[in-house]
Amino acid sequence: MATKMFRSHILMCAGTACVSCGTFKVRARLEKELKDRGLDEEVKVVITGCNGFCAEGPIAVVYPEGIFYGHLKPEYMAEIVQEHILKGRPVPKYFYKEPVKKEAIPRMKDIPFFGLQVLRVLRNRGLINPESIEEYIAKDGYVALHKALTQMTPEQIIAEMKESGLRGRGGAGFPTGDKWEESRKYNRFPKYVICNGDEGDPGAFMDRSVLEADPHAVLEGMAICARSIDSHEGYLYVRAEYPLAIKRLNLAIEQGRNLGVLGKDIFGTGFDFDAYVYPGAGAFVCGESTALMYSLEGKRGMPRAKPPRSAEAGLWGMPTVLNNVETFANVPQILINGAKWFNSLGTEKSKGTKVFSLAGSVNNIGLVEVPMGISMRSIVFDIGEGIKGGKKFKAAQLGGPSGGFVPEHLLDTPVDYDSLEATGAIMGSGGIVICDEATCMVDSARFFTAFCVDESCGKCVPCRIGLSVMLKKLENIVGGKGQEGDVEFLDDLGRHIVRMSHCGLGQSAPNPVLSTIRHFRQEYDEHIRDKHCRSLVCTPLIRFEVKEEKCKMCGLCMKACPSNAVTWEKKKPAQINKDLCTKCKSCIRACRFWAIE
Amino acid sequence: MAKLSIEDLKKIKESVQASVTLREGGYRAKVNIHMGTCGIASGARQLMTAVMDEIQKRDVKDVIVTTSGCAGLCSREPMITVELLGEAPVKYVDLNADKMREIFAEHVLGGKPVEKYALAVGSETTF
Repeated sequence: MATKMFRSHILMCAGTACVSCGTFKVRARLEKELKDRGLDEEVKVVITGCNGFCAEGPIAVVYPEGIFYGHLKPEYMAEIVQEHILKGRPVPKYFYKEPVKKEAIPRMKDIPFFGLQVLRVLRNRGLINPESIEEYIAKDGYVALHKALTQMTPEQIIAEMKESGLRGRGGAGFPTGDKWEESRKYNRFPKYVICNGDEGDPGAFMDRSVLEADPHAVLEGMAICARSIDSHEGYLYVRAEYPLAIKRLNLAIEQGRNLGVLGKDIFGTGFDFDAYVYPGAGAFVCGESTALMYSLEGKRGMPRAKPPRSAEAGLWGMPTVLNNVETFANVPQILINGAKWFNSLGTEKSKGTKVFSLAGSVNNIGLVEVPMGISMRSIVFDIGEGIKGGKKFKAAQLGGPSGGFVPEHLLDTPVDYDSLEATGAIMGSGGIVICDEATCMVDSARFFTAFCVDESCGKCVPCRIGLSVMLKKLENIVGGKGQEGDVEFLDDLGRHIVRMSHCGLGQSAPNPVLSTIRHFRQEYDEHIRDKHCRSLVCTPLIRFEVKEEKCKMCGLCMKACPSNAVTWEKKKPAQINKDLCTKCKSCIRACRFWAIE
Repeated sequence: MAKLSIEDLKKIKESVQASVTLREGGYRAKVNIHMGTCGIASGARQLMTAVMDEIQKRDVKDVIVTTSGCAGLCSREPMITVELLGEAPVKYVDLNADKMREIFAEHVLGGKPVEKYALAVGSETTF
C-alpha cells in the first residue's frame, strides 16, 4: 500500500536550540495557516532533529525546492504559506543572509555553511523524522545490522572496523577496531556495550544533536558492536541535561523492539541484543569511562587506575566496549559502504569525518561535519564565515576544559588527532569555541581551571589540590596581584598535574593554562608587569579612563552607562567620574573604538 | 510473531521512500501549477487536487508538484507547466481537472506532450 502523498514537505528543526527559540509555536501557527487555506492535505509538516545551523533557529526547510527559512516567528507563517506554499513564490525577506554582503541565499545547499560540509554521521540530520523508525529504514537503516548478522562473522566485522581506521570520537582517538578486538578476546560473559553520551565540555553539543537527529543510527552501531564481541546488553549513558535526546532514544528503542531489530532473535538469526538508557546525574567526571561505569553500577562516579582496561574488566567487572555516540553512529555506514569508502576521506592517521560544534564569536554558530584534515582556518572563515561584528580572530579553543587554544598563526593546522596535539590543543570530543580580540586568554584559562576545580572528583591529590593552587594563582593574576615567577610556577605545576593525575580529567585539566602560556605568554606578562588586560575583560586591571586621542566623541558610552558616571557633550571627548562608576563595563561594550581603558 | 526479514525492511523502505525522495531532489518530472490570484480564481485548485489524486492512486514516486505565481497570461488560466528532466518544459492552458488527468497520464507518465492543450514549448527550465 502506498503511503499518503504530499506535494510539499516542510521540515522543521526540533533540535534543542531551535525548540528553545520557539519551533513549536511556529509549527502550531504554520499548521493553522495551512489548515485555514485547505492545504493540510497537500503539505506535510515534519519535525526533524538538529539541522545544524543553530544560529539561524528556528529553521524550516521547504521541499521539494529546498528553500531555507531562518529566524522564524509565528507571525511570519501566514505570509510564507500564502506566498510560497500556495502561490509558489518563496519569500526572500526570511531567507538566510550571508553575513558580510547581506545577500539572501534561498536554497539550503547554496549556503556556504552547508556547502562545505561532508555529511556522514549527520547524513540524516534535518532530513528524516527522528521519531519514525520507518523514515530511518527508508535511508537504508538496519541494513548494516542485517548484513552483520547474516553475512559477516564477528571477526570480519572487527577486521572491517580495523581497516576503516575509525578512531574513537570521544576525544582520545583510540582505534575502535582494536578496542572491539581486545574485548572479543576475553571469554567471560555477559559482556556489555556502552554508549558514552555524557557530553560535558562547555560549548559542545555534537552528541546531543546526533542522538536527537538520528537515534537509530547509534542503536544500530551498538548492536553491530555487540554482535562482534558477543554481547547482548547495551547501555546508553546520556546526561540528564538532554531530556529530548533521552526521550527520542527511549522512543527509538521501543520502536526497534516492536519491529524486531532489537530484543530477542533479531532477524530470526538467534542473536539477542537490547539497549537501555541511563540518564547521567550531571558530573563532568562521569564522561571518563571507568567513572561512567561506576556510575552505571549505582556507585559514586570516580575513576579507577588502568589497567585493567574496560575491554577486559569494565561494567560489573566484565569485558565491556565503551564508545562515544559519534563513533557508534559511524559504524552502520562503514559496514554498508565498506572500510575503503570510509578511509578514502581524511589524513594518514585520522580517517573519515568529524563533527564539531562551532560556537563563540563566529558568525555561523552550529553543528558542522567536515573531513579530517581540513584546516582550522576553513572551519572558522569558510564554514563559520568569520568573526561576529567584524572583530579580529584571536584563538580557537578546542576540546573544552581538557583542550587548548589554537592561535592565529597556527590556523592552517590540519584538523586531525596528531596535528592538533602538536599545537598543544586536542581534537577532543569536537567542541570549538572561537575567541575574538575581546577575549582575555588569561581569564579564559582561569574559567576552564575553575570548571575543573568544581568537577574534580577529589580522589587524587594532584588534581584536587594542584588545580586549586593553579586557580588561586590565576585569580591573583586577573585580579592585578600577579607576581614575577607566577607563569613559570603555573607551567611547572601544570606539567606535574598532567604527569601525575589519576585519570583523563586531571591529566588534561592544565591544558588550557599550558596552551595559553605557550601561545599567549605576552598577555600573562602584561597582566603581571603592566597590570593591563588588553582585551578589557579583567575588571581590576581596567582604569576606566577615556583615551582622548581614540575617542570619536559619539556619546554611546554615556547612553550606555547605568549610573550616570559618564559625562559627554557634543564635540568633546567623554569623561568618566570614578566616584560614580560601578565598573560594570557597559561603556566598554558600547564603545566601538576601544577608547576606554 | 514472525521475525523481521530483509524483505520486510525493503517493504518498509519502499513505502516511505517517496517522501524521502522528495527531500533529496531525486525526481524525474515536475508539474508546476500556476497559482496566482487569476489561476486560483479560475480553478487551479481542482488541478492540484486531481494531480495529487493521480499520484496517490498510481503510486508514482518520481514526480513532484510545485506551485508558482501568475505566468502573465491570465485569460488562459488555469495553466500548468510540465517539465520532464532533460526536456523542454511545456505550458498548458485553459485546463480543468479532466484535462489535467489526461496530461498526467500521457505526458508526465507517457512522455508524450498533449498537443491539443499545449500553448507552447517554452525555454523556462526550472530544474
